[in-house]
Amino acid sequence: MPLRSVRIPRIPRTPHSPRGPRRAAAPGRAARLGVAALAACALLATAACSGTTREDGESDRDAGAGASSTATADPNAPLAEDLAVAFLPKQVNNPYFTVADEGGHAAVEEFGGEYKEVGPSEASASSQVSYLNTLAQQHTDVIVTSANDPNAVCGALNSARSAGARVVTFDSDASPECRDLFVNQATAEDIARTQIELIAEEIGGSGQIAILSATPNATNQNAWIELMQQELEKPEYAGIELVTVAYGNDEDEKSFQETQGLLSSYPDLAGIISPTTVGLAAAARYLSGSEYGGRVALTGLGTPDQMREFVHDGTVAQFALWDPADLGYLAAYAGAALASGQITGAEGETFTAGELGEYTIGADGEIVLGPPTIFTADNIDDYAF
Amino acid sequence: MAHDTLYASRPRRARRARRAAGPGPLRPLLRWDGAVGLALLLVALGAALLVDGFATAGNVRFLLLDAVAVALVALPMTLVVVTGEIDLSVASALGLCSAVMGRLWVAGLPLELIVVLAVALGAVLGAVNGLFVTAFALPSLAVTIGTLAAYRGLAFVVLGDDAVADFPFEWTDAVAGTLPGGAVPWAMLLTALLAVAFGVLLHGTPFGRGLYAMGNNAEAAAFAGIRVARAKFWLFVASGATSGLAGVFWTLRYASARADNGQGLELSVVAAVLLGGVSIFGGRGTLPGVFFGVLLLATLRNALQLADVPADTLDIVTGSLLIASVVVPNAIARARARPATGRAAPAGEPTAPPRQERPEREDTEDAPA
Amino acid sequence: MTAADAHSSPASPDARAAQNASPSPAPPASGAPPAGGRAPGPSGGRRGAARLGAARETGVLLALLLLVAGTTLANSRFLSAQSVKDILLGAAVMVVLAAGQTLVVVTRNIDLSVGSVLGLAAFATGKLFVAQPGAPLPLALLVGLALGAACGLLNGALIAAARVPALVITLGTLYVFRGLDHSWASGEQINAADMPHGFLDFGTATVLGVPVLALIAAAVLLAVGVFLGSYRTGRELYAIGSEPTAARLSGIRVGRRVFLAFVISGALAGLAGVLHAARFGTVDATVGTGMELQVVAAVVVGGVAIFGGSGTAYGAALGALLLTTIGSALTVLRVDPFWQQAVDGGLILAAICLDRVLALRGTRRARAKEAPHGA
Repeated sequence: MPLRSVRIPRIPRTPHSPRGPRRAAAPGRAARLGVAALAACALLATAACSGTTREDGESDRDAGAGASSTATADPNAPLAEDLAVAFLPKQVNNPYFTVADEGGHAAVEEFGGEYKEVGPSEASASSQVSYLNTLAQQHTDVIVTSANDPNAVCGALNSARSAGARVVTFDSDASPECRDLFVNQATAEDIARTQIELIAEEIGGSGQIAILSATPNATNQNAWIELMQQELEKPEYAGIELVTVAYGNDEDEKSFQETQGLLSSYPDLAGIISPTTVGLAAAARYLSGSEYGGRVALTGLGTPDQMREFVHDGTVAQFALWDPADLGYLAAYAGAALASGQITGAEGETFTAGELGEYTIGADGEIVLGPPTIFTADNIDDYAF
Repeated sequence: MAHDTLYASRPRRARRARRAAGPGPLRPLLRWDGAVGLALLLVALGAALLVDGFATAGNVRFLLLDAVAVALVALPMTLVVVTGEIDLSVASALGLCSAVMGRLWVAGLPLELIVVLAVALGAVLGAVNGLFVTAFALPSLAVTIGTLAAYRGLAFVVLGDDAVADFPFEWTDAVAGTLPGGAVPWAMLLTALLAVAFGVLLHGTPFGRGLYAMGNNAEAAAFAGIRVARAKFWLFVASGATSGLAGVFWTLRYASARADNGQGLELSVVAAVLLGGVSIFGGRGTLPGVFFGVLLLATLRNALQLADVPADTLDIVTGSLLIASVVVPNAIARARARPATGRAAPAGEPTAPPRQERPEREDTEDAPA
Repeated sequence: MTAADAHSSPASPDARAAQNASPSPAPPASGAPPAGGRAPGPSGGRRGAARLGAARETGVLLALLLLVAGTTLANSRFLSAQSVKDILLGAAVMVVLAAGQTLVVVTRNIDLSVGSVLGLAAFATGKLFVAQPGAPLPLALLVGLALGAACGLLNGALIAAARVPALVITLGTLYVFRGLDHSWASGEQINAADMPHGFLDFGTATVLGVPVLALIAAAVLLAVGVFLGSYRTGRELYAIGSEPTAARLSGIRVGRRVFLAFVISGALAGLAGVLHAARFGTVDATVGTGMELQVVAAVVVGGVAIFGGSGTAYGAALGALLLTTIGSALTVLRVDPFWQQAVDGGLILAAICLDRVLALRGTRRARAKEAPHGA
């Protein structure tokens, strides 16, 4: 059905409330922030006296977009045919997403839909928005995406939903109110716990460890790091001290430098966790070519293909990851189940994801793929991704 | 620009420019900006006929919204490039203003004040560029590559990890809102009005004519009594302030203040300005041409995206367009000039002055000599 | 040594800015005030420039030593053999790029496409080993050099034949080469396990404690340095950058020389791509993104004037080494990594300001010398 115009999602909002006297203090804060020199003119004073501040809007924040949740689920409905399913990864030509999207492709072929992968060549939220708008124009039935920024894509996701699309996020979630389902690779707790277990085993239960993360902005990594810190507070890990978190920005060069910096700054460092595939591969490559190889333990999240060399040469004993292809596969099936009316996204509903079997929707529309797989020298050659 | 005298022979060019002064408005399509406008029309028409979903109000709205930030920044950039300078720090200034905006919002300042402060901060950032370029007499290319890195770095220092996203819906919706009809965002209307203002400034005032003069020959312009340094300084301030405004727009449009907002945007802006017919050497180009250039790039990108052309091809198209927009006019001009001058360019010396022989792209007729 | 001494007229601030924007060509017959203090020909000017250049490089070297000393005081392991090796390895790729960029920048041009060329060559190297696991190392190096040279050829041809500024052309080819890389790779990643051990060992091997990659970079640097300093063609590049019109009038084939500079710059970027692949062992289509800015920063910090006509490859290499060392020092000192880019930017600004001050002083001196018979 051709659409003449795209409706902006209706968002319940509270009326603009009158200002309180508290705001008179605002310019003072500005001064502390070092921009007061500019705040002197009368125009600004006027603005300051009648402005919208952060506190005003807080009641708006948890308003959901609610484009879809009125329908009831029919668990026995057949999967609709000819569904147009589009995968929009954080960035095209990113090996991880290429594998995940291929998994999705396989699923879409299975249920006879129409698959395509689109996306920006650089991982930025704004270009994702532009692609989302395009997908809305093309009347895509299911959009499977991994958000570069949970909020920046929100508006575009909601307009796509009001244009009729079902939105499933995978790998990196968008704000829950602007997507239907989130397919999580593993619970954040599982991911954090697994990595702490691995490193504890490697360093023999005590010693200094450091984390080599992706960018400081990375939502996933930050969530996992926080949980890892909580995990370390448990009594069995009392001997382990997390000395610092370094950021390799998911760049080889920077990850090299950061690894090197960690090793020189902390001479007693026993182990490094890198919860990002780029960081882990770079750190492994660095260790294998340096005097630290074999002396400092390394683990984290990585793909078997990238890490094969370093597992075989003994730099890395074990690491973890889920199968990204399964992740994409599950996300595609979840989207199809949504679009076919099998599920609505409510907690407790179940659906079958092809050969992966049955999945149940958890709280906040979240589906968990399963616990991460641990790769060691024994099993790594069974995997190719 | 630092690189221009490799090619230029200014006195001869100026003479030619005067000779070329013809009934400009009467042959608009022969001029570069007219051609770009025509190309824009053709591309839009072709896309409307061939690409499904292109000619809808919703799509036009998205297309225009995507073009706003580039269009805003391209306006002062046109003037800057006309004077022979360049400002590569615009995208970083945008990012820094966005980051500061987020920080101030978290600190509890009212948004109205923050918007003004962000634009003011942009002006200050531009003034820093302007100061380096004019008072210290440094090449703007080098200065703004430096501030490109510095401003982006500061943006990360200011906001670091965070993405501030809880801006009020009233504001974020309003920024993406449209005029009645649903196709033209009011942000684009404002940009167009601003474009008219910049256009009048460039084409209709002595100040604007002075900019062409200093782009053609800054020394001569200075001797003719044009206050070159002062004009350039204020252009950089304007460029910074507009970047700040674009930063405000960006932040609200994507409801997300981040340090990496707008990364790489300077390339799109420069591409649009050059595609619009502004000479990178300075001294030539028109504002309508640039505006068409911005829209042409945005339309192409949108249409190709709708036609499911992959992102890497889009990059190749953008790059090739940029190259073609400088190579093609040169080639045409030389092909035309050859019979006229009765002598081909010396074969062994391929970098002869490029613009001596292509009067049809001159807009310098009113340059005081 | 930059534009400032190309103009001898005492300038008001306005006029100075004007000259900066568009150094007037002032061909001998145009009746413009005679340019004093320097010309491509007279050796006095060159000696002066060389002196200034040496001072400039000494400054960078001094900054480097201070930085190393300071960081070592804070953390003694910064100067350990491993750490020095790391810094040399890290700088190797950048030094090769900087040497190539120097050739281009002294001619008053710029090559922004080097990051994309590096990425393309790195990916080609990976592909080569996937297709021919037994391919010998020299073949990989040759492929990288050739592919880079081909890219440089395109840049050079467009710039010389179409007579358009390098900034625009290479900005365009930056997009184009990267796009080609992306569509070729289409999401593929080439991992350490796909590359032969010989190649990976080449990336980490050392001779007497010095990484082989650093030795290669040093050899490239020396070759470019000698070419620029002692060969006629190399000296002509300086002449072109100092005063293109004068260079042309004195019979230098400007177009050919600039073309050559771009081909070499491209070839070296290609070589750097192979080194990059060897060092990191993982290659995808994003390799080298944004590197052009770091290279330009290194070159400018190292005293190669963005105006052309002055600076040496050695200085540029020192600049690359300084930037790499700053990166390492910041990490070792556990400075908030967010500061790194801001520091880089600040350094570029400081470097060009320093250049200006030195240049002005040089001009003043030259003017004083010429006063008895000069303008």
